[in-house]
Amino acid sequence: MKYVDEFRDAELARGLVAEIRRTVTRPWTIMEVCGGQTHTILRYGLDELLPAEVTLAHGPGCPVCVTPIELIDQAITLALQPQITLCSFGDMLRVPGSAHNLFAARAAGADVRVVYSPLDALDLARREPARQVVFFAVGFETTAPTTAMAVWRAAQLQVPNFSVLMAHVRVPPAMEAILSSPDNRVQGFLAAGHVCTVMGLDEYLPLVRRFRVPIVVTGFEPIDLLHGVAMCIRQLEDGRADLENQYARSVRVEGNVDAQQLMHEMFAAVDRRWRGLDTLAQSALVLRERYAVYDAARRFALPQQAVTEPSECHAGEVLRGLLKPPGCPAFGTRCTPERPLGAPMVSTEGTCAAYFRAGRQPEAIR
Amino acid sequence: MSGTTIRLHCPLPSDDGSVVLLGHGSGGRMTADLIRRIFLPALSNPALDRLNDNAELRASGVRLVFTTDAFVVSPLRFPGGDLGSIAVNGTINDLAVSGAHPLGLSAAFILEEGFPLDELRTLVDSMQRAARGAGVDIVTADTKVVERGKADGVFITTSGVGLVPDGVDLDPTRAQPGDAILVSGPIGDHGIAVLSAREGLRFDTTVVSDCAALHTLVAAMLASGGAIRCLRDPTRGGVATALNELAGSSRVEMLIDEPAIPVRNGVRAACEMLGLDPLYVACEGRLVGVVAAADAERVLAAMHAHPLGSEAHRIGTVYGQAAPRVLLRTTLGTTRILDVLSGAQLPRIC
Repeated sequence: MKYVDEFRDAELARGLVAEIRRTVTRPWTIMEVCGGQTHTILRYGLDELLPAEVTLAHGPGCPVCVTPIELIDQAITLALQPQITLCSFGDMLRVPGSAHNLFAARAAGADVRVVYSPLDALDLARREPARQVVFFAVGFETTAPTTAMAVWRAAQLQVPNFSVLMAHVRVPPAMEAILSSPDNRVQGFLAAGHVCTVMGLDEYLPLVRRFRVPIVVTGFEPIDLLHGVAMCIRQLEDGRADLENQYARSVRVEGNVDAQQLMHEMFAAVDRRWRGLDTLAQSALVLRERYAVYDAARRFALPQQAVTEPSECHAGEVLRGLLKPPGCPAFGTRCTPERPLGAPMVSTEGTCAAYFRAGRQPEAIR
Repeated sequence: MSGTTIRLHCPLPSDDGSVVLLGHGSGGRMTADLIRRIFLPALSNPALDRLNDNAELRASGVRLVFTTDAFVVSPLRFPGGDLGSIAVNGTINDLAVSGAHPLGLSAAFILEEGFPLDELRTLVDSMQRAARGAGVDIVTADTKVVERGKADGVFITTSGVGLVPDGVDLDPTRAQPGDAILVSGPIGDHGIAVLSAREGLRFDTTVVSDCAALHTLVAAMLASGGAIRCLRDPTRGGVATALNELAGSSRVEMLIDEPAIPVRNGVRAACEMLGLDPLYVACEGRLVGVVAAADAERVLAAMHAHPLGSEAHRIGTVYGQAAPRVLLRTTLGTTRILDVLSGAQLPRIC
């Protein structure tokens, strides 16, 4: 299949691994930001192909994983209202809130539907005017433009029974938080290619300059990732810290300007607590005041309530690249995809789930 | 509506596995858990405890196999089949994987009040076409009607009885180190065909369901004279789940070669788009088989000569009697464990 097979080619992979081996002279820790990249690494065992000097730390780029537990509780609460239909991407349904997940809400009679686009939720609202349709808007800058488009269209068409529960977050503040942390070990980043397809490269330059850290915008296929690692190692060994674009077949320097303009029209950035991380400045997107009528949290006057995470879950350390899942005492025993303690064990892009699905054993029995 | 205050109070029972969730029907780990916790403790007996696709019953020296299956596919019609054809072929295939020749089928219909009779007639005609094509009759049936809203149009349950020829033994415990692992054709066609027709997801594809009755293919494989150890039809949970079940029953380790697994481009493209792995997508007219390595070519030749096995392929080897598991050698030459599905495959976000 064109544009896929050539990026999974064994010969190319061997060549890139050989190049990395030739280049590397000492230990380096590189973080791939996006959960989709983590999944590819585990699915193809890329970490096992790399020389021992290269450590891949898995980043916080799984939107499902970093959505705060309070927001999941709010989504469940909304779903359980008899007049509300809650629409969500499928990944969110199994993520545990403080006591339940959306699957359990559905089993209890809540009207929860899986959609593939927020525009599908808007269409549903227009088809069923008697119901309040709420879209649970989760995702990074990749999916945020589609939410912006849905709200924009709802405003154009004056759809009164559509709203969104905003949980969109931005990648750069998370990278900044990781680099600012006193226990940071990350020396280079593979940035999330699809996020940059939308946002372009500019917002990563300040990180490169301030922290003198190489950032390579990288794709999602095995060859992309090995190529990204090779580029990043080359920079580290040369003592350079540049912003480079491995994923040039998708990412333009300026990004998708139309999408950026629409997001700017609809959204403002605010501070937000991330699940497993702290409150990150300017890290979340909310609807601007003139579109606030489409904000489900306001329409239904949802209270804000702080909730504590299960203490046994080490998701925070996993999301900051400090702990690999098999090193967690609960991994694969008290925490499995069927009964997750934390979100990274749920989503297909979650680091813990990626390790579990690839059959990696807990360290205790390895 | 606006201004109504909602309290963050959850009337749900705590999420401790006390109610049925959709994932319990996925055919993966949650289904196995349900069987272990609820059904086996209550119903345990030697035939059921084997957890095969069918149960063998012996009477007066005759070996019969008996199976039952409920069909709730949505939508009712999809490219290449419908609920009627799948209800007939699915049950025949559960008999066929033990080498049995189907003797007769039953059908039970749960109909929702208001379901159009024309649609019901279409489904029943489709059942008859599938049954006639397979050379078996639906010899007994039952009908129940439930109030509107208590079912999704129509659910069909079929059962089947088959006769196992003398000398044939395809018990799933028989895989041995060294054996070859075969698949009868490209995988995942059925699941992708159904998804392409599903409301809210429709996409254009040339993929049609592989829905078909496999007993004549199995008969052709047996007639080749090759030593066939065991067979399974990879329905819910796909090839990955079927192989894990066989590895578990035989207590062997399997190594599957990812580049050797036949997957149509349309299926691959749809899986890439939806974030699914074809190895977990359902087939309704394919089988995976374990055969003695020395006979693999002979059995493959017999499969290639049959219309339902023309694209059969060897995909792996049974290579150890360690802890039962399935390993996948990826296109890059690395190896990872191919696990059973936990819960339902969920479409990804980005």
